[in-house]
Order: sequence, then C-alpha cells, then structure tokens
Amino acid sequence: MHELSVTEHILNLSLQYAEQHHATRVTDIYLVIGRLSSIVDDSIQFYWDIISQNTLCQGAVLHFERIPAQLLCLDCEYTYEIPADLTPCPSCSSTRIKVLQGEEFYLDSIAIETATEEK
Amino acid sequence: MSNRVTVVENILSANDQVAHLNRKLLDDRKIFSINLMASPGAGKTSFILQTIKALSPSFRIGVLEGDTAPVTIDADKVNAVGIPAVQINTGGDCHLDAIMVSKGLEKLPLEQLDVVIIENVGNLVCPAAFQLGTHINVLIASIPEGDDKPYKYPAIYRGIQVLIINKTDLMPYVNFNMDYFRQGVEMLNPGLVTFPVSCKTGEGIEEWVQWLSAQIQTNRS
Repeated sequence: MHELSVTEHILNLSLQYAEQHHATRVTDIYLVIGRLSSIVDDSIQFYWDIISQNTLCQGAVLHFERIPAQLLCLDCEYTYEIPADLTPCPSCSSTRIKVLQGEEFYLDSIAIETATEEK
Repeated sequence: MSNRVTVVENILSANDQVAHLNRKLLDDRKIFSINLMASPGAGKTSFILQTIKALSPSFRIGVLEGDTAPVTIDADKVNAVGIPAVQINTGGDCHLDAIMVSKGLEKLPLEQLDVVIIENVGNLVCPAAFQLGTHINVLIASIPEGDDKPYKYPAIYRGIQVLIINKTDLMPYVNFNMDYFRQGVEMLNPGLVTFPVSCKTGEGIEEWVQWLSAQIQTNRS
C-alpha cells in the first residue's frame, strides 16, 4: 500500500539526477528490488504513469531487477535461495541463518536524453 | 544524445535524511525514542498506556499517535492520563514517515521530556520501509494474529530491535504454536530481545519497563 509514496520518491530522485545532468527527457528508470522488500511492481507502474505526467520523466519505462533472497546457513555454510516461504536450511535444518541478499531497494541508474549541440 | 546516469541511491534516501535530522533533534535533548509498530488491534495503545503507568514515576514521557483518519481517539486516551500526546493524521497514508514525525515533534514540549513513544499506523508492511529516526524500532505481535506472521511479513521482523508478544493471556484459547513463531523470528532476527506480555493482566510489563529504563538511563548519561 505504500507504493504511491515509494513512486513519489523514485520520481523525485530521478528528476534530481536528470536535472543535474541537463536531461531533456528521461527514457528509462532502472530499479533494483530485493525479494524481501515488499513492493508490487504493477502498482508502482500504475502510479508512475500518473505522477510522471508533465515532468521530464513522462513516458519513461520502469525496469525492475528483482534480486532473489539468498541465505547462508551459519551451521553448515550451505547457501540457498528461498523460493516462497522463509525456510530453515534445506541441508541441515538449522534455523541459524544469515541473509546474504534480497533486501536491495535502490535506484540504480536512469537513461536520459540531452540536447545535441549544434555545430 | 542518449546516455546512462548512474544513481545507486536508496529509493527512500530523502526520508532517511529527515530521519537523521529527527534523531539529531532528539539526541541534542537526550530524549530516548521508540517507533512502535504492529498490525491494527495488536494492542499498541494499551501497551503505551501500560508502559506509561509503569514508567511515568521515573521519566517524563511524550507520545505521537499516528492514524490514517482524522480521529483523536488514541491521543485522547493518552492525554487522559496526564501525558502530552499529539495526533498525526497521515491523510490516508498507510505509515508514518520521517517528515510527519518531524512536524509532530514540533508540537511536543521536548524540553520537558525524557522519552518519546511514536505509535505508528497499524500495518505490518509499510512502516517497515520508512525509518523515523528513533533509537529503537519495536514490534508488537499479538497471539490472536497467528503464529505465521514472521514468515508472511519478513521485512518488519528484520528491522526491529525489540519484539513484544502481547495478549499472552489468550494462549489457552487460540491455536498459536509458539515454537513455530519463534523459529521464524530467529531466522529473521537472531537473538532478538523479546518480551511476552499481557496488557490485560499486566504480566510481563515490569520486565519490559526495567529493560527500557536501562536504555533511557544509558541514553541520558
């Protein structure tokens, strides 16, 4: 349900970098989201289409790179990905685990167009 | 011309920056602060009232009450026991963010406080993403919610320093597998400080308040 707030943050951050680099248009937004972060891609796209209107980001395509949740068993050092539910180590059933990745939640980069200099 | 601009910045970095300012404001006044999160009906306000009862002889407390609708039900309950409370209406938003808290803190008599308790909007998803700048994030899980919540809402269990298990008096009446629940918590947040309590009977409140008092003392010294 907080996708609107998140989308506003993505827009503000993108506009900030676009303006710094004198963009005339933003064409693509590249986001990296770990599986343990609760975000619904479709909702972000929905809000994005509305709130990016009349900004440099209007029409920019959102790309979501989803990072799987990867866990390390602290007892047997087995590394595994959780497909759906959080599960103990499939190798030794230990619950002493460490999250290696899956909590990413950042704007990686944006693709912009800038005015071509006339020669 | 088209080119790629590297950003690599947390999506909520603007919120995090305001959270840092909130923390500085509180630290400058040596005020200890708590972000209290839970699902609706887990007993957040009851827990705050129980905490006030046990803590107020020793420390001066202020409360921020977050709600999605323009009501003052919770703030009124806290004010009724003689504690300053400010209601924050999020205007439909499902969580408090650092800016809302910053505005709320302006309305509390900070110079006269040792502790600020912030009651977040009842929700297990969104509040997890927004740091407020508090010293600790506390989650209340309540027995009737069920034992599978750590598995279904991992993000909120990852980001807390204290877990309260409320409504322990209902254990005989509901199917709640404490071992299964604790196993989920342990996988997400090993060694998490946990206090089983009942706001109805008062059981466990003393242990929590003793722990909290020690944190407040450390923060002041």
